[in-house]
Formats: sequence, structure tokens, C-alpha cells
Amino acid sequence: MTESIFHEWQDRSLDDAIYECRELFEDTSFPTVQRWRERGGKVVGHFQVNFPEEIVHAAGLLPFKVRGAPIETVQADSHFGSYLCSILKTSLELALSNTVPLEMFVTHPICDAARNLGAVWGRNVSYPCQILYLPQNPNSPHSVIYLRDEYDRLKRSIEDISGETISDEALRNSIAVFNENRQLIRALYEIKRNSPWLVSADEAYVLVALAGLIPREEHNELLRTLLPQIRARAARTQDKVRVVFEGGFCEQPPLDLIRAIARSCYVVDDDLLIGLRWLLEDVSLSGDPLENLAHAYLEKSSYSPVQHDLRKPKEKMLLARIRNARAEAAIITAAKMCEPGLEEQVAYTRALDEAGIPYFVGEFEESMTSFDSMEIQLETFVENILFS
Amino acid sequence: MTQTHTIVGRGNRDGAALFQKWFTELNHTAESGGQAAYVFVMGSMAELLRVFDLPIVMPEINSLQTAVRRVAHEYLNQAEDYGYSPDICGYVKADVAVQLRHGEHPMGRIPAPSLAVLTNACNTYIKWAEIWERMYHIPIFTLDIPGTRSCGKQTWPGETDFENDRNYVLAQIKELITVCEKLTGKKFDIDRLRETLQNANVMSRGWRRVLELNQSTPSVFNALTDGTIYLGVSNGFRGTAEGAKYFEDLVAEMEFKAAQGIGTMTDEKYRLVFVGVPCYPIFRRFNELFSEWGGTFVNSTYLWFAAGGVNQSYEYDLKRPLESFAEGVLIYVRNAMDSMFYQEQALAQMIDPFQVDGVVYHPIKSCRTVSTGLADNRRALMASRDIASLFIESDMMDRRVVSEAQLKNRADAFFEGLASRRLAAAR
Repeated sequence: MTESIFHEWQDRSLDDAIYECRELFEDTSFPTVQRWRERGGKVVGHFQVNFPEEIVHAAGLLPFKVRGAPIETVQADSHFGSYLCSILKTSLELALSNTVPLEMFVTHPICDAARNLGAVWGRNVSYPCQILYLPQNPNSPHSVIYLRDEYDRLKRSIEDISGETISDEALRNSIAVFNENRQLIRALYEIKRNSPWLVSADEAYVLVALAGLIPREEHNELLRTLLPQIRARAARTQDKVRVVFEGGFCEQPPLDLIRAIARSCYVVDDDLLIGLRWLLEDVSLSGDPLENLAHAYLEKSSYSPVQHDLRKPKEKMLLARIRNARAEAAIITAAKMCEPGLEEQVAYTRALDEAGIPYFVGEFEESMTSFDSMEIQLETFVENILFS
Repeated sequence: MTQTHTIVGRGNRDGAALFQKWFTELNHTAESGGQAAYVFVMGSMAELLRVFDLPIVMPEINSLQTAVRRVAHEYLNQAEDYGYSPDICGYVKADVAVQLRHGEHPMGRIPAPSLAVLTNACNTYIKWAEIWERMYHIPIFTLDIPGTRSCGKQTWPGETDFENDRNYVLAQIKELITVCEKLTGKKFDIDRLRETLQNANVMSRGWRRVLELNQSTPSVFNALTDGTIYLGVSNGFRGTAEGAKYFEDLVAEMEFKAAQGIGTMTDEKYRLVFVGVPCYPIFRRFNELFSEWGGTFVNSTYLWFAAGGVNQSYEYDLKRPLESFAEGVLIYVRNAMDSMFYQEQALAQMIDPFQVDGVVYHPIKSCRTVSTGLADNRRALMASRDIASLFIESDMMDRRVVSEAQLKNRADAFFEGLASRRLAAAR
């Protein structure tokens, strides 16, 4: 498919282009999925956090990042109990309401709730649903072989959907597209770190998030076009505190919450949609592409509360993220009822106490709409830092 | 004394005695500063750890004991003061408090961990072990066991995907052996592994037979109360000769009761299945909500997953101990996970042989692994079978979210419904 499914941003000024990106991001009817399907395309939905989208892309299908939405859970509520994060319910709502029609859904055992999603989803839709068992023992030397085989199993499932064999060449082409995408996102984060006054936290977030909604070639074109314009922006530095935002690895905070934070802070790094930036370096294009993807996942990757790796103690990784971003403080959040996030908060805050780094702790929910109280607290926190 | 007096109730008496012995030994280990391995009920790896003479500590059982003994709130409060949210697993928080109290526990002192072995059967196991890693800087071994990828699509020996999974599990077991050798200074002895595997085979066989015998009318044990005692022995003594003997005796007791028509209650009116985790803060009273109406639990998914999935028919092949151990761990733990995520078919299939009148779903705040899918599961079961069901929420640890009056109202209405159904069926 060569015709773009998101074209509204093209030939517009930077601010107008970002406005169009925000409009698309906030449209809970997910119009790009509909447009893709109208062109005869098939869609594979994959739940947070990380997914080898390259395999879906190589089959000519659209990988759609299932990350919930700020919507009413009219149908999904009756499928779950009380003590649960919002993203699971709203994600299922997108399926039950047929807002996002799929040909296949894949979840991961990232947490106790999400691993149930494959079964729940599978009992309520007619298309195949499965769990991709990403290794939880990345310290085993055998885990690369295992993951390579698990990716191969997934590839066979996707071939069943597409009706065509995925060649190694197609996989390498897809890896190249995604390598470029990751380079561009890294470049955007470089701007956030080095010149945060050029791009606000909410703008950067929207630009990254579109990767989960449109084909990667289109996303690459978008970033290739807009990044130079962002770098050339005539913006001046302001009296804001440089912070790292942590807690957005799965359920996403409302865009307005990120915007509220951006009013008093420069978010110089974060873990928002970390799965899109999970691989830290280019994936090799030579040799076995599935093994290369597996190796990159295990050996050249970021961190999150939902992956245990003895080499990556999360609190030390957070301190390194703060240090590398030259941040003065941290905003430590968790989605309501998010067990991994809430558990990690204890380790994070203790490590920050020991390191003498100020932090602000909060909880959010994707559907929350009032931020006044949080914003006042955050402003007080920021003033304490600025005037201490 | 008649045979009835000596046999009936033996499982509960011996189980309680073994439990006391286990905790006495743990207390001794703690006092003497000996090594201990922290493990979990789903994939405890006890068969292997016993080869290295490592005492087994099961923090899930320690935690639930604080609830049964009605002191859980003290432990939960301490962990919450330390920083843990009210919205995370109560087992984790009770254990955090046990560690902060240097092992102080209502059943004695719990030794600190020298090693933690966990599986991915529950993601909270992983987060929990990270706490010990930070507290004690001990080796943490995550045995990663791939589960069923989609409903009804289990793979089996000989199939490519199963063999890939088994090779992964086997490789990790070999890595774990190296960790244990280094920790204990003892060389791995494959003949001792054969012994523990043999004991585990006897126990698993006994476990399956005991569950099966509750098809008897009247039922020979209450899966919620008696079953939890048997479960404790199954987990705490897995791989031991004592555990094997216990289950041989238990099978004999249940066969005797079945043959004699001796039930677990005098007037069994309703046969129920329990889905979820028990309400330990009011454990006795919770059961009474059902027993007062003549209801008894003839089976429970808790006895499947919390037994590490050994209700699945599999026996270790002692001629190829390591390979078979890897295969068995994969099949058992996968079954434990299936018992939480995909249990609707198994439930539907047991309704007739167990003559089930109703299914009680009990999702809890503490455990998303078990609870997330239960409402949807109930819908699926209702769609496939005409069976009464009750859906009640509380917790396994936190009495703040246990409303006894509300539970009773719901249970009473459920039994009134069961009575109406029975009347209607008789017309």
C-alpha cells in the first residue's frame, strides 16, 4: 500500500502539522485503522509493552499498538472484576465495540492482569488471540535461542493470517524500516534532552505515539520532515525544572496530564510508550533476522518494571536515565491498580532518597480529566526546587 | 478404637502435624543461621532443591498463615508504612513485614533467604523476588516457563513448539543446578533427584486420586477447608518420603470414606465448585456461609493451580530424570496457568461427574493473576452450561475489603436460588 493513511499533516506549518498529529492521536475512533482496512489491509493488534512489529510489517499487515483509550467501558466492564487497571478494560472495549477491527490479537505476560487478556479477548472475538511469551529469564544463555523460536512460532501464526510466507528478505527490509524509525525517535529524544524548549513533552509524546497508529514508513516520513523544523524553531529557554517522567510504560497518562506537567517542567526523558524505543541500537541486517531481533530484545534494550533482568536493576537504570538526561528531579507515577508500577515506586523512591534527587509521586488513570490538584502540587514541588 | 476413628480425619491430623514440623524446622534453620531457599507454589522446584538439602520456605504460605491467624493487618500496615501501596498483593506485603521483622512470624521464625527460585506462573513472583534481591543481595533464579499460547492450543512432546519450550526449561534447570552447587558447595547427585522425583510421583498420583474421589456422594472432603490442608502438605513436603507416605495414607482414607459413604458433612445438600483463592481473613466463617446451607465444595481451581498444576496427569520418567523433570515442570506449571486463565472448559466438564449444583467465583483484590479473567470466565461457563453461579469479591489477606455481611447476603440469595432451581426441576 503506497497511498498514505495519514496525510493531514503534509504541506503544513510545523505547529499545524503537530496539531494534526494531536487530532489523530486523540481521535478514539482510530481513523487510520479504518483507512488501512478500506484499502484492503489487515491489522494485527498487540498489547503493550514491546512487540516485534517487524514480523507483522514483513507480512504486509499493519501492527496496531493496543494501548487503551480514554473511552467509556460500556461493554467491557461486565467482563472484569473491580480491582483492575483501566487500560485492560478500555482495550477490550475497542475490540467489543468493533472500533478497532483486527485479524489477530497478541498480548504478553507483562503483568498478572495482561496475561489474562489473551484468554478474555479470545472468548469474545472470532479472530485468533494469543500470548507471546517473551522471556522472563533474559539471564539464561538459552533465552536468545528460545526467543528466536518463539518469534518463529509467531511468524507462522502471522503467515496464517496473511496467507503468505514471510521471507528473510522481507524481514530484513522491515528491520531496516524500523531501525530508521528508532533512529528518528532517538533523535527526537536527543532534542528533548539537549533543547527541551524546542519541543514540549506533549508534542514529543504525540509525535512518538503515532508510530503505533500508522505504517512505519509514514511515521518515518513524518519525523524526517518535522525534526529539522523542530530544531529550527525560534523558541527560548524558560525557568522550568528538568525532570524525568517514569510510570508510562503501559497504561498511558492523559495527554492533558503530560501537558500540565510540561507547563512547569522540561520532561527531558521518560518511559512513555517505552516499547517503541525498547531496542536501543540498530538491529543487524545480516544473518538470521529472527535471531537478530531476539538478540536485540535481550541484549540491546531499555528497561521497564515488567521485565526482570539481573543486569538491569530498575532503580539503577532510573538513576542512569536521570543522570544521562541531566535531570534535576523525577516524577514517579503509576497507573491506578498497576501492580508492577506501584511495586517499583518503592524501589525508585528509596534510590532517589539515597541519591538525594527530589521526586514527585503520583498516580494517574487514562480517563482522568481533572488535573488541577496535581498541577498545584507539582508547581509547589517545582518552586521548592527552583528557589531552594 | 474402630477403623473409622483411626482413619477418618487422619489427613487433617497428620497434615497439621507435618505443617507444625515444617515450621519448627524452619525456626531451627533461622536460629542456627542455616541456608534456606525461598520458592513459590507454582513451580517450586522442590524436587531439585531437596537434592541440595536446602530447606524450603514458601512465602505465600507464610503470608496466608498471618491471615488465618488474624494478624495479617499488622503485617500489611507495616509494609504500607514502608511504602507499598494498598493496591498490591497482600502476600507480598505480609512477607515484606516478615523480612522487616527479621523473620518474626506467628508460627515461628522464618529464615532469611539464601536463594530465591521463582517461575513466571505469577508475575508478582518476579516483583516479589526483586524485593529480596534488594534486601539480601542473594541469587535470584527466574525459571521461565512458557505457558499455553491460546485457548485449547497446548503442545505436547514431539511437537516442535513443545520441544523448543522444553529445551529452554531444561537449559535453565541445568543453570539452576550450577547455582545450587555454588551456593551449597554440594555436587549434584542425579540418584537423589531420582528419589525426590519418585516421591513427587507418588504425591502427584495421590493428589489426583484424592481429587477424583470427591466425585463420591456424599463428598469425602471439603475442597475449601480440608483441601487447603492437603494442599499445604503437597507443597511443603513435595519430593519427600514423608509427603509420599502422607498421600498414600490420604488416598486410603478417602477410599475408605467413599466405600463407607462417610461424607465431609452430615447433611450434604448442595455440591459446589470454588473458583479463585479462599478468603483467609475470615476463613472459617467464609466456609460457614456455605456449609450453614448444607453446601460443600467438591472441587476447587485453587487445588489445581496452587498445587502447581499436579492435577494434570504426568509422571516423571526416572530413566531420564533431568529431561523428564524439565518436561514435567513445563506441563505441570503450564497446567497451573491454564487453571487460572482457561478454566471454563475444565469446569464445564466436571459438572456432571461431580454432580455440581453451583459454581462460586471468588475474585480477590490481591491477585490479578487469578481474578482478572473470572467475570468473563463465568460468562463463558454460563453460556455453555445451565448452572447456577455466585460471584463475590473480597481478599485473601486484607480484611479491609472483606465485608462479611455483604458476602452473607449474596451467599444467602445464591442458596435461595439453588433451592428454587431444585424445586422447579422436581416439578
